[in-house]
Amino acid sequence: MWSDFPLFPVRASNFADKVDPLYLFLVAITLFFSVGIFLTIAVFAIKYRRSVHPKAEQIEGSLAVEATWTIIPLGIAMVIFIWGATVYYSYGAPPRDALRIYGTAKQWMWKFQQADGQREINELHVPVGRDVAVTLISQDVIHSFFVPAFRVKMDVLPNRYRTVWFRPTRTGTYHLFCAEYCGTAHSGMIGSVIVMEPADYESWLASGGEGSLASSGEKLFRHFGCISCHRADKGARGPDLAGLYGREVHFQDGSAITADENYIRDRILGPRPPSKLVAGWQPIMPVFRGQVDEEEMLELIAYVKSLQQNPLNVNPNAPIPDEQQRKRNPQVEPQVIRP
Amino acid sequence: MSAAPSVAVEPREHYLNVNYGIRSWLLTTDHKRIGLLYLISITVMFFIGGLFATLIRLELMTPAGDLVTSDTYNKLFTMHGIVMIFFFLIPSIPAVIGNFVVPMMVGARDMAFPKINLLSWYMYVIGAVITLYSVIVGGVDTGWTFYTPFSTTYSNTYVFTAIVGILFAGFSSIFTGLNFIVTIHKLRAPGLTWRRMQLFLWSNYATAVIMILGTPVIAITLILVAVERVWHIGIFNPALGGDPVLFQHLFWFYSHPAVYIMVLPAMGVVSELVTTFSRKRVFGYEFVAAASIAIAVFGFLVWGHHMFVAGISIYSAMLFSIMSYLVAIPSAIKVFNWTATLYKGAISYRTPMLYAFGFIGLFTMGGLTGLFLAALGVDVHVTDTYFVVAHFHYIMVGGAVMGYLGAIHYWWPKMVGRMYPEGWAKLSAATIFIGFNVTFFPQFILGYLGMPRRYHAYAPEFQVLNVMSTAGASILAVGYLLPLIYLIWSLRYGEIAGPNPWGSTGLEWQTTSPPPTHNFEETPVVTEEAYAYDKHPEMEFVA
Repeated sequence: MWSDFPLFPVRASNFADKVDPLYLFLVAITLFFSVGIFLTIAVFAIKYRRSVHPKAEQIEGSLAVEATWTIIPLGIAMVIFIWGATVYYSYGAPPRDALRIYGTAKQWMWKFQQADGQREINELHVPVGRDVAVTLISQDVIHSFFVPAFRVKMDVLPNRYRTVWFRPTRTGTYHLFCAEYCGTAHSGMIGSVIVMEPADYESWLASGGEGSLASSGEKLFRHFGCISCHRADKGARGPDLAGLYGREVHFQDGSAITADENYIRDRILGPRPPSKLVAGWQPIMPVFRGQVDEEEMLELIAYVKSLQQNPLNVNPNAPIPDEQQRKRNPQVEPQVIRP
Repeated sequence: MSAAPSVAVEPREHYLNVNYGIRSWLLTTDHKRIGLLYLISITVMFFIGGLFATLIRLELMTPAGDLVTSDTYNKLFTMHGIVMIFFFLIPSIPAVIGNFVVPMMVGARDMAFPKINLLSWYMYVIGAVITLYSVIVGGVDTGWTFYTPFSTTYSNTYVFTAIVGILFAGFSSIFTGLNFIVTIHKLRAPGLTWRRMQLFLWSNYATAVIMILGTPVIAITLILVAVERVWHIGIFNPALGGDPVLFQHLFWFYSHPAVYIMVLPAMGVVSELVTTFSRKRVFGYEFVAAASIAIAVFGFLVWGHHMFVAGISIYSAMLFSIMSYLVAIPSAIKVFNWTATLYKGAISYRTPMLYAFGFIGLFTMGGLTGLFLAALGVDVHVTDTYFVVAHFHYIMVGGAVMGYLGAIHYWWPKMVGRMYPEGWAKLSAATIFIGFNVTFFPQFILGYLGMPRRYHAYAPEFQVLNVMSTAGASILAVGYLLPLIYLIWSLRYGEIAGPNPWGSTGLEWQTTSPPPTHNFEETPVVTEEAYAYDKHPEMEFVA
């Protein structure tokens, strides 16, 4: 019990270097104000105790004093606010060339899939020094992906993909916790993030290929019969999906949306309101809600994404702009190469 | 100070001995008796909630989950939260102390709606019985936060029953708030203008506004949970077409202001204690009073700071962060004003004053650690960890419970006409202060280390701090049991208190202790501001 007794967490990512200084600044502010107030109270309480100071002097108050202790704390609070908001903003958009990993959370385990097809349960292998973006969805309740050594936390929702990113700065094995209460074995929904030297990571990747995500997705694309309608030839009864990802999709009511992972997932699962049918096509696609689980969905999406470059020569590791990045750089349009 | 206790005599007839028997209590409309009914009920609930906490702390002595099963542990922290928040903290000061002293402070014979006041207590009791029934038949395991879709779809426990219990408690809270607002508006004694009101009235008024505006939202939200759970109508569960994050917005829209329902009344108590035991007008009366109203208003605009990692937009998170800093300012103003009130006072260290010091210290720590949680970047790391657990216990236990105990020790002579043994009371105040810090301070460190909250089993490197926390909790338990013993003892053996043992200028002290059923022999007329100690050198300590 006494052998390992840390008081401060390990610092193992780019965010740890950003969060810790603000945290220590806040500790200093807390010490300054709490010690200041406690000492003042102690001095007054002793100096003006009734036995030596039996007659109180009545003081109404003072506008100047009130203004001082309103404005100074307000100023300090605004400094903390801006600093905190700046750090928070950097959590938002993963760099475009980040390594992409996909995962699902469910009661009570984590499953991760590397783009090359490596699958793991409650373990996540990542290379040191490289930006890593993990896109996550839950199969049941809300979970939360929390790696204390990285100072990274993100709730994992059952209805949409969210992406968390980090750049590991130290090799080693770190705790992965579920931080949002999720039922019986919540405290058992733990795992490890294993940060490796890039070469070790590559050889680890090579050791267990089961086919890439996109190639598994292609099998599902045939299995579910998607391919019978979504084709490039003249007999197609549904839109050709090549180049869909990142493109603007127009609906029959004139509105439009940019196709991202969440869009593709929602369209596959359905239901699709009549006004939101893709312009030019009939409402003949079945609803797949309850038929495709979240892991299969990730594979299908990986396949659809791969179609934008070349359906014959799949490159699933292609950099993909995510939602936030597109908002920031609306001019960025993925390159579309039709077969 | 204890010059002439023998002078004090108990009045011949007062609200406690005017009639006897179960009926005279269960059908009473006397606000003082209803306050005592609430006192007994919430004390029972406090010790039930404390029992759950004891089991939680015992389980966390070791990293492995070995004392109870995971399901049991989850039910323990859920029931600890539900009982302590809805059945102890929210009614504590308003329903016990507020019920007892608000009508007397305004110089009235009773609340504006005495029967609704009694109905409020019945609602509370029905709610408490239903909630305890849900514990006995199997318990609830959703956490007191009832996050969806876990609560609506995945939990196999008595969620519906617990929700019904909380709904009843919600109505009791609304009725209390209604009575406070109407009583303070309509029943003030001649001459008692708003600017002459004691600060306890201001803070309870602000609390009542939150109760009236916020409680219906939690009621509707919990009804929606029940609707989805029982009839599978999709509101929050995405499998049924709902949105799980919507629940969090609705839940925190009430549950963040609920923190102020717990702490604003305690702030009012501290204003009374600091002035009485310094024999001074409060420094900056208008600012302390206005700060209560500002907290009540701004408190409704910060709910999103519970959701910085839950999937809200970056920009709304920034708005909620800046609003959270704005709501912190009025709290800071109050702390500074209390401190300044001590300046050149005539300070005595009686038990209630020790609780006031304890409140200021612990609330300051709780408030300052709130700055960490409102700082967006830091919150990402510390939210849902023990840092949050420590922070809100500093506010709710360090703040609200210290304020409540201070209030009990301050108004106890008025309530029962007897003094408690001062030495024991001081000992218990010190024990609670020390026990509290040993329990909860290590949890800040645990939180930054990354120990998530609501964990039945945890990583072995967290054990030392957890053992410290459990050791502190056992000290704290002793501190809480002591008052139970000596306060009951004082009912029979305590010294007769007399009408105004603390020499306070408060209107509630200008009548006998215990007061007559209608509080005052004749309606008082107020001719001066609150806390005019310089005009009343004759009001001195008699106890």
